Amino acid sequence: MAPTPTGPFGSPEWTDLIGSSAFLERRQEAEKNASQAGLPSFEEELWRYTPIDDLDPSHYRLEAPGGPVVGPGLALGMREDAAAVIEIVNGQLISTMINDDAVVVHSEGPEMEKAVGSVVPIGTDFFTDCNFGYCTAPVVVEIARDSVVTSPILICQHTTISDIAWFPRLVIQMGENSEATVVEHQTSPAINALVCPVNEIQVGQAARLKYLTVQEHGPDLWQIATQVAEVQRDAHVSLSQVALGGSYARARIDAKMAGQGSSSEISAIYFGRQKAQHDFRTFQKHQAPHSTSNLLFKGVVDDDSRAIYTGLIRIEPDAADVNAFQTNRTLKLSENAWAESVPNLEIENNDVKCSHASAVGPIDEDQKFYLETRGVPADVAEALVVKGFFADVLEGLPSELISTAINGRIEELVALDKERQ
Amino acid sequence: MSTLSITNLGVVVGDQEIVKGLDLEVSSGQVHAVMGPNGSGKSTLANAIMGRPGYQITSGSIELDGQDLCSLPTWQRAQMGLFLAMQYPTEVPGVSVRETLELALQARGLDQIDVASRLDEEAQSIGLRTELLERALNVDLSGGEKKRNETAQLAVLVPQIAVLDELDSGLDIDALRSCAERIEIMTNDGLGVLCITHYHRLLDHLAADQVHILVDGQIVESGGPELAKELEANGYSRFITSEQEPDGVSVAIGGAAREGQSSGPDLEDPFADPLA
Repeated sequence: MAPTPTGPFGSPEWTDLIGSSAFLERRQEAEKNASQAGLPSFEEELWRYTPIDDLDPSHYRLEAPGGPVVGPGLALGMREDAAAVIEIVNGQLISTMINDDAVVVHSEGPEMEKAVGSVVPIGTDFFTDCNFGYCTAPVVVEIARDSVVTSPILICQHTTISDIAWFPRLVIQMGENSEATVVEHQTSPAINALVCPVNEIQVGQAARLKYLTVQEHGPDLWQIATQVAEVQRDAHVSLSQVALGGSYARARIDAKMAGQGSSSEISAIYFGRQKAQHDFRTFQKHQAPHSTSNLLFKGVVDDDSRAIYTGLIRIEPDAADVNAFQTNRTLKLSENAWAESVPNLEIENNDVKCSHASAVGPIDEDQKFYLETRGVPADVAEALVVKGFFADVLEGLPSELISTAINGRIEELVALDKERQ
Repeated sequence: MSTLSITNLGVVVGDQEIVKGLDLEVSSGQVHAVMGPNGSGKSTLANAIMGRPGYQITSGSIELDGQDLCSLPTWQRAQMGLFLAMQYPTEVPGVSVRETLELALQARGLDQIDVASRLDEEAQSIGLRTELLERALNVDLSGGEKKRNETAQLAVLVPQIAVLDELDSGLDIDALRSCAERIEIMTNDGLGVLCITHYHRLLDHLAADQVHILVDGQIVESGGPELAKELEANGYSRFITSEQEPDGVSVAIGGAAREGQSSGPDLEDPFADPLA
């Protein structure tokens, strides 16, 4: 199979990529789509406020060199009790350990090929098409129907080599009436690399999935991530993001309430420092009646960092008796920090309850004053208020272990912030 | 022995002068009650003493044991021995009272105090359910629970001078008694109290050495506990001139002010029957 000489990220050796010839053809189709579409521009609504025009694909080598597994970071202690641990390093699947019979992992073969593209098909956008074309270690996690996986499944994506671009692809398939928790942990040191993950989630009828993404990239890495969850009848998904690093870290999150009675909770914590840019685009799509979605995104921008949130609640004509809520709050801790929040509603059915709220502002002076009246020093009071600001999102995270670790990291970030002044 | 001295204090909030040349002195072991109609500047005085942002001191001084507080941030005033029990205690999500007091005491070098057990003891002594201490500060507490919580914190922090801004509002009679009695014990141990209130009922349990009437940002009269009783009977009418009456402000205390009108200016009676 001949490489396409004009691919947006150069020319991979197609024979090195996993897949049958039929799958490789689909990869080529995806790559062709991406090439024809070209990189998006900040003039497009979905890329407004972003530095996307600064992205130069030719800077990155399309390689998947693999490498050793790195330290646990915020997932410290999670490996020991996990139902499964999957380690992917620089585009290579390094290890898979499964401790629960209800969990099946496919990294090749017809199950993998059928699953990839099932929720995020070819033609979705430039980066998802690149991902389809170039993903070197696609992983499909299947949870057997009627099973309850009590311990979290840990999936680690480590990037440790500069100037590479790689495209993690994860598919989660929740069988009917199954239950599981997945923690996806993304790490990198202070290197300039490009990671474009695509995460496809199918939540079968009456299934319950809690999915937490913890992003602790170094300050120079670019990440452009896409997560789409399709929630079937009476099923529930909780999608949480904790975004702590990256130079430009974007996550597009789509929750599709496809079956009646389906529900989703979508939450995020983000903390921007120095010149970091956090970018969230969310879509709560209600395609079926009696469905519910509730979104709560909370973040901090400090130093010269930026945060962008745009969210759309879309209610289709057939989706009656829908509850959909969206809240975004960003604390601005420094003069030079910047945040934009743009909530949107598109409602085509009258029988709905919807609300959206967004606010960007400084920390609550009344809260800080109250703490100071007890004798808590001003900088500590400010740190407490910031920590407290995240408390409701932290409480909702699916793993107490990681929630405690993130709380500790936030305390550290706020204290570090003070030390720099 | 500590003394809070307020001399010729002027306070502006926004573009409004609220406190206009106020003098007051509170020493250890004393209870000073400040009473006055709504809008007379009582809470402004409390906030100015603690250095709340937005309360600008335009004249005079606030000193604790001779040290000027006006240039100090709130937390330093607190560390020097001031405490403010708020009229409407602020909710602080995600932060517990234990953590707050631990950090406050730690900053004062008092980290050997077992805050959790001290808070438990104080909560029990004033009838605050101890499980409420696990909640975030003031979040989902009733008005009365918030005031008991303020009292428990006061008792654990042991300040020199406490400003109680309408501690009695929201407290039922039993809660009022237990909080006031706890504070009374603290005053016997040397706590000085500046107690802002509308009602005499707090002073039934917390004996005031001095009662001050605050009208239009100034203390217009000071006296013994009998002054509070007189207010209860006659209202503020005799202290208010028509120029001093704030817009839409009730100047009555209980129903007694109706009688008081005969000696004062022609004031709107908030208890009048509009159908009469």
